[in-house]
Amino acid sequence: MSQARLIQLEADILGKNNGYAAANRARFAEAGILALNLVSSPGSGKTALLCRTLDMLAGEFPCAVVEGDQQTSADADRIRATGAPAIQINTGKGCHLDGHMVGHAVDHLHPADGSVLFIENVGNLVCPAAFDLGEAHKVAILSVTEGEDKPLKYPDMFAAADLVLINKTDLLPHLDFDVELAMANARRVNHRVRLLKVSARTGEGMQAWLDWVRGARLMALSGRPSQAAE
Amino acid sequence: MHEMAICENIRVLIEEQARTQHFSRVERVCLEIGALSGVEVEALRFGFDVVMRGSVAADARLDIVETAGTAWCLPCAVTVTIGRRYDPCPRCGSHQIQVTGGEEMKIRELEVT
Repeated sequence: MSQARLIQLEADILGKNNGYAAANRARFAEAGILALNLVSSPGSGKTALLCRTLDMLAGEFPCAVVEGDQQTSADADRIRATGAPAIQINTGKGCHLDGHMVGHAVDHLHPADGSVLFIENVGNLVCPAAFDLGEAHKVAILSVTEGEDKPLKYPDMFAAADLVLINKTDLLPHLDFDVELAMANARRVNHRVRLLKVSARTGEGMQAWLDWVRGARLMALSGRPSQAAE
Repeated sequence: MHEMAICENIRVLIEEQARTQHFSRVERVCLEIGALSGVEVEALRFGFDVVMRGSVAADARLDIVETAGTAWCLPCAVTVTIGRRYDPCPRCGSHQIQVTGGEEMKIRELEVT
């Protein structure tokens, strides 16, 4: 009978994922790739917004997409129809993408240097908040058909996001959704968050979102470690 | 479901330790979970028993040390304790607060044989 002993571990439970995410981040930094992690509830219009974004950015700089869903490759098919390369990750029973899956997807996708990599996470406002993928920014999408209190109900996600897109604004005349209240709630959990109102359907507000992407891409390009060394 | 994924990460970490530290059974697992980590402790306890089945930590006792959420209030310029992420500063009511602690999710120690 062996003696019981104590092992002091102090190990971060998500340390392994964080290691994969750090490797992805270093790789994106070196290639001047802007990686954006798009998170939302199911049905917020993420894929439609992404298709419209890719259409509007076509020819300006290369874009690539990693699509996360539990099942089907329907979303990647929709993205490929825009001409952008896309890879589908089916998480099966998993409720979020993780750093390891994204690293593998990027191996297959080979996004060009200086491109924008959109990572469409599994529609879920809970789990993806905890799993770093190596992205530069999390972008949360909140549609006006949801409640204004979503940022308070799912504070971790809205606290982790640098930008919140309030989508489907074309539907506002038909709804009681209070945009100002939704924005105030997002600021309650994250006082530094940026908020933009968009409609992927009518294109309203899309230019401001594209300008944000362009600005973030320039930051990714100018932040390349090899440039700093020159 | 997020707690299940966290339990799977815990299992992988424990099994790695079992190989490197040469133990075959875990009697007790002590975790540190921050109040703002987004982890539901009850769901974690449930997931833990299910996920550890068949591993070196099957039947291990689970101790969870819950640490308080702390934040730096910009207007007050002091550290305050908060229970939830969207709580205002308990002193001045401002939401201009920066979370400084309580997001931890760690395995503190393992008691093994």
